[in-house]
Amino acid sequence: MPPVAESSLGVKADFPIFSRRFDGRELIYLDSAATSQKPAVVIEALAEHLRGHNANVHRGVYALAREADAAYDEARRRVASFTNATGGETIFTKNVTEAINLVAYSWGRAHVGKGDAVLITQMEHHANIVPWQVLCRERGAQLRYLEVDERGELSLEALDQELARGDVRLVAFTHVSNVLGTINPVAEISARARAAGAVSLIDGAQAVPHMPVDVDAIGADFYAWTGHKALGPTGVGVLHGRREILEGMEPFLTGGDMIASVDFYSATWNALPAKFEAGTPMVAEAVALGAAVDYLSGLGMERVRAHERELTAYMLERLAQVPGLRSVGPLDADSRGGLVSFTVEGIHPHDVAELVDRGGVCIRAGHHCAQPLMRCLGVGATARASVGVYSEASDIDALIDALLAGREVFGL
Amino acid sequence: MDDLYRDYILDHYKRPRNFGSLEPHDLEGLEHNPLCGDELGVHIRVKDERIEDLRFHGFGCAISQASASIASEELKGMSLREVAELGADWMIDLLGIPVSATRRKCALLNLKVVRGAVSGDDAWPS
Repeated sequence: MPPVAESSLGVKADFPIFSRRFDGRELIYLDSAATSQKPAVVIEALAEHLRGHNANVHRGVYALAREADAAYDEARRRVASFTNATGGETIFTKNVTEAINLVAYSWGRAHVGKGDAVLITQMEHHANIVPWQVLCRERGAQLRYLEVDERGELSLEALDQELARGDVRLVAFTHVSNVLGTINPVAEISARARAAGAVSLIDGAQAVPHMPVDVDAIGADFYAWTGHKALGPTGVGVLHGRREILEGMEPFLTGGDMIASVDFYSATWNALPAKFEAGTPMVAEAVALGAAVDYLSGLGMERVRAHERELTAYMLERLAQVPGLRSVGPLDADSRGGLVSFTVEGIHPHDVAELVDRGGVCIRAGHHCAQPLMRCLGVGATARASVGVYSEASDIDALIDALLAGREVFGL
Repeated sequence: MDDLYRDYILDHYKRPRNFGSLEPHDLEGLEHNPLCGDELGVHIRVKDERIEDLRFHGFGCAISQASASIASEELKGMSLREVAELGADWMIDLLGIPVSATRRKCALLNLKVVRGAVSGDDAWPS
């Protein structure tokens, strides 16, 4: 095998989980698209907040409460700055699913009606499909799909044709497909949506942890991503939104913290972003996410992308050497993120995942919460290997060895 | 020798018994494994309140396909009442391999389909 440039950022030691052994074997983690592992600085930030700075936010006047307030505000500032989303508002949500539901309920219920359409794509995760299905069914609107072509890409001409029909109120699409790996031309799609008078929403779950993302430059109205895929803890997601749109929206969840004042029969809403953060928020998790984005910034997102691009190219090349293996999505690493979905002839994806686990290799198998896309690809399921900042070329080698050994178990 | 993918499991996976369609049939069922999107259906012919013949159809992993194939040989001739009362242990014992918690539904999908077709009870076998 040719040596791989930038095949390792040399940061595995920053992640305590890699010191674990499974039946004496090292952990070969190739499921970062499902969730990332956490560096010690993130685990420590979470613990340190709970250990030394814990109080509820936006309530107390004592010194400890001021510390908690400051930590939460600082986390928001770091997260917004990490994706250069300082031109708009940054709202903490539970995850991307909640962020999209926020927009579907608060914006969608007020702006989408009979005769209107919501345009999404065939490569969406269920999180960016089902909220729009429910909205359209409830409001008598039409849900339409941009098709994925045989290369696993979207067509801007098809987008223009859809927008030219004049009924599209919102375009929702993924930045990077969690199945195909395709990197979509998000700035271009957002600009065309805006020119046609439609609001745009991007699911950035598979993009933000893996490449430089400039939310202000992309120019979408809403951009959502999640902390746990970006080296942060579970339970904290992010919704960046255009301020004037958010200001015109009714709240999503109501209750504590999101109000300005409440009397017996009515209430008024707090200012942004609190209007969309009802109840006690995920303070410790947000603080830890702040530490995660600092860690990523320290590595440099350009370097992270270069590293993952190299690994993806290497993975595509090595997977092609496995007999009977077929990968889906764009063929060149430049047009895709750090994941490859594939099938192996004669072995169901579920069995593929089980077999490579014998070699200590963790990959995903199933429909990846993208059942409509699976139907387009003509498969019930795929296996998926995905990389992160800590991944190395040797992880790919272990996957290939395990795949070859698995074929032998099946007598292939 | 692999603990899970034993020779007889792979044999049933590659050459599943009683697979295809059965026309005419008296009972039928179709289920999906929510974990992986796999699909398994069954056609059943009934005579004197017993399963006279049956055929599975669909696609799935080695565990789900082998389970259906192995079960099909036992289910033939069984009374509908017996079938309705079959539990998860019956299938797991019949399979004879250590089934992890995550693969349990793969192993039990066929019994869920058959019980649903026979008794209308489409709960996961426990």
